[in-house]
Amino acid sequence: MSANTTMPTPTPSPVPKKNEPKIEGTSRLHEGWRSFLKSKSAVIGAGIVLVILLIAIIGPMLLTFGYNEVDANSRLAAPSAEHWFGTDDLGRDVFARVINGARISLWVGFFAVSGSIVVGSLLGLLAGYYGRWLDVLISRIFDILLAFPGILLAIAIVAMLGPSLKNAMYAIAIINVPTFGRLMRSRVLAVKQEDFVLAAKAIGMKDRRILFTHILPNSWTPIMVQGTLNFAIAVIEAAGLGFLGLGAQPPEPEWGKMLSDCRQYIQSAPWTMIFPGLAIMFTVLGFNLLGDGLRDILDPRMKQ
Amino acid sequence: MTAVETLLEVKHLKKYYPIHGGVFGRKIGEVKAVDDVSFTVRKGETLGIVGESGCGKSTTGRSILRLEEPTAGSIRFADEELTNLSGENMRRMRREIQMVFQDPFASLNPRRTAGAAIIEPLEVHGLGNRQERRDKMKELLSVVGLDSYHGERYPHQFSGGQRQRIGIARALAVQPKLIVADEPVSALDVSIQSQVLNLMEDLQDQFNLTYVFIAHDLSVVRHISDRVGVMYLGGMVELADRDELYDHPLHPYTQALLSAVPVPDPTANRERIILSGDVPSPADPPQGCTFHTRCPHVMDVCREVRPSFNNYGGNHFAACHLLEK
Repeated sequence: MSANTTMPTPTPSPVPKKNEPKIEGTSRLHEGWRSFLKSKSAVIGAGIVLVILLIAIIGPMLLTFGYNEVDANSRLAAPSAEHWFGTDDLGRDVFARVINGARISLWVGFFAVSGSIVVGSLLGLLAGYYGRWLDVLISRIFDILLAFPGILLAIAIVAMLGPSLKNAMYAIAIINVPTFGRLMRSRVLAVKQEDFVLAAKAIGMKDRRILFTHILPNSWTPIMVQGTLNFAIAVIEAAGLGFLGLGAQPPEPEWGKMLSDCRQYIQSAPWTMIFPGLAIMFTVLGFNLLGDGLRDILDPRMKQ
Repeated sequence: MTAVETLLEVKHLKKYYPIHGGVFGRKIGEVKAVDDVSFTVRKGETLGIVGESGCGKSTTGRSILRLEEPTAGSIRFADEELTNLSGENMRRMRREIQMVFQDPFASLNPRRTAGAAIIEPLEVHGLGNRQERRDKMKELLSVVGLDSYHGERYPHQFSGGQRQRIGIARALAVQPKLIVADEPVSALDVSIQSQVLNLMEDLQDQFNLTYVFIAHDLSVVRHISDRVGVMYLGGMVELADRDELYDHPLHPYTQALLSAVPVPDPTANRERIILSGDVPSPADPPQGCTFHTRCPHVMDVCREVRPSFNNYGGNHFAACHLLEK
């Protein structure tokens, strides 16, 4: 500062007011939307996800066949005008089963991911903010969970709880908790060093309120991105458990279960496996593209 | 300032940060950020604290609000010992002591509006109902020279100077007696600095505030302070009335510091005291007087005995062996 030992002549105290009473509170949202449209992967991903979502919601209502309707006369029939994706070994319409399967996969993905986000974020928040022994305890639990390969741990959990779609969902939620927990913890550790958190403490705010009004809103963006990416992982894991017979039970039209049910016909009637397989692939692709796109928009720092 | 009532009394304040190392994270040393600092603040005055980066002046400020838990020492505010207060009582006490932060960009939550930031302290301390709080917020905005529509805006829509005004309005909201301002203008442009300083002076008169004003800029401190304390490496080396300190510095460090202030007269003949070496690490401060490694007048006693902080007449305190002779 090139100043005198006394301050320069004081200017009139009131701040020069700029005449721009226009409120620009929405500009951030606007900006976000524009960069969303610019990101190809986000738009394509969102498109795929939207289509799958629509299929899951209204698809089953438009079908001519029920997913469990058996046509004994046409078993393992090739795709035709009547059965678009052919029929499986029991004569069920593969198209109807794939469409109904979308419901199951999205359902499992949604609840498993929300479950792990809620539990993981809460644990991460506590570990990051309070630190000390609580941090050590929670972080070690995460480490233990991460020490097992995810799907192996899921198999163990389902084996304990008994095979069913609901238990598979719990298992997937549990194995994904550390992902969100560690992410949240690292965000909280960074955000709690910010001056505005100190300022909140200085005005006499209670810890719980600081956590939920100051730290959480400034930490959730990477969680949302990770949540979208993990949705894809959860769909695969659900299919994996279904394939192993630990997830959905017959006659539920779960994609992974459909693959395992018909794997002996892969050469004679490949349509029984190709279509559920493609369904899994597109769902995973859609959520991955959307997640990558969201990451670029919301959190440019995470880009590598 | 004629008021002589003491509002804040800090005695032998110490803040050590442990250094952990080794396999088991054992404590292997400490950083002595603040090491035995004492001063008083009278009601209605502004006490300036100057010193270079890392000398512990911010830590001292934060310790007053117990944002940093002091390692030892006593902090008495309005005859109440703050260091003994329970968490909940300290939380309530923060209504009386507020803080203005250095970085106006970091000290406001980017996701909350300016109005929400100002209303927050009122909510926290349960003052007024919703409507009263909103009115108060608008009033505070105009007090600090902003318009009421600014309350709807987010921090990124303001300039640095405007943000600092919001920070000041937030501190004023609960009508505190004492405001600790931690380098409130050092992040601002020079032209904006004087505006904010004048605002703070106006508010002081208007609301009968007492300031602890922390800064590294000697001219800023001279402008706003009634008394000035100089810190070096975690300790206070000199404390006196402003004019006394600037005109008759006693401590060699203060003398060197003041000689570095530029004089806007190119023909002025002045002697600059250039210190050699760097500030020692607060993790391993020198024996005796912490300044002896760089002091131009160092004596044998300085290397062994830590000088005490004595009154050398007219409430001019200093810690130096040269003066003790």
